[in-house]
Amino acid sequence: MKFAVVVFPGSNCDHDAYHAVRHVLGHDAAFLWHKETSLGGADVVILPGGFSHGDYLRTGAIARFSPVMDAVRAFAEQGGPVLGICNGFQVLLEAGLLPGAMLRNAGLKFRCEHVHVRVDQTDTPFTASCRPGQVLRLPIAHGEGNYVADPGVVQELEERRQVIFRYTTAEGEVTAAANPNGSIHNIAGICNRTRNVVGLMPHPERACEPALGSADGLVVFESVVTALADAGGVNA
Amino acid sequence: MLARVFVTLKPSVFDPQGNTIAEALHQMGYQGVTDVRQGKYFELEIGASTPEEARSLASEVAHRLLANPVIESYRVEVAEPAGRPAGGAA
Repeated sequence: MKFAVVVFPGSNCDHDAYHAVRHVLGHDAAFLWHKETSLGGADVVILPGGFSHGDYLRTGAIARFSPVMDAVRAFAEQGGPVLGICNGFQVLLEAGLLPGAMLRNAGLKFRCEHVHVRVDQTDTPFTASCRPGQVLRLPIAHGEGNYVADPGVVQELEERRQVIFRYTTAEGEVTAAANPNGSIHNIAGICNRTRNVVGLMPHPERACEPALGSADGLVVFESVVTALADAGGVNA
Repeated sequence: MLARVFVTLKPSVFDPQGNTIAEALHQMGYQGVTDVRQGKYFELEIGASTPEEARSLASEVAHRLLANPVIESYRVEVAEPAGRPAGGAA
């Protein structure tokens, strides 16, 4: 199975994602410069974390116009699994591949710490191997992760079960104290209507080995391998 | 031709930065400032033959890039730069 890790100017978690896929998971991975117009036959696309284009204007606002994004959009529209992590999530929001937007963290602090995230839905390619309600301990590192959307959009996200990850306590309880950035409804990650595009602020790719303090993030990548193998379209 | 674009958060969107600035002003004694909303200001030099054309182009780029319509609104002003002859090359 082949993963493409898109590299924008200013991406800085691209190597983390590559390492997780290639060295921990044992699958093929390739970097894809943002000026490319083809995904090179990738089965999964990862938009990694970082500060694309220096976060100028708004996070992800410039990157969404990179040439590669046309190919990512076409891939997503064909049902291809796309994972946006942190800045990658922000790029997906700006591109309109996921609904909503990001504001500065409510406390204005850049939050760099481990948090607990509850998996609320398991019918996406990136959570298929999770238990419903499973709590993952994952690192976050962002200044603009305060997810916001119009009330009608939030209601629709909830009704369509598109909220995939929520900030919770270690026991899986949604509380204000467990919310590191002020995101509405403690939203840490969402999917699109067709459920193949997932974005989240926490970094599962940085939590794939015990040496890193947590291996809870590996299940996200294992999920997509299993999901694609089950779908039968790809040789795992 | 100069187009000015003002981008501000929609009234319904909480502005953590503006809120923090307002708190600082209150600590400085400026109780008369009851609220602060932080925004962005852009100056676009546009090679257009009419103000309407410049406005139309500025509005388009404001909508597509300068503002995020999910959380922000924008306002466009078009004016000949002061001190330059009307109709001259911008």
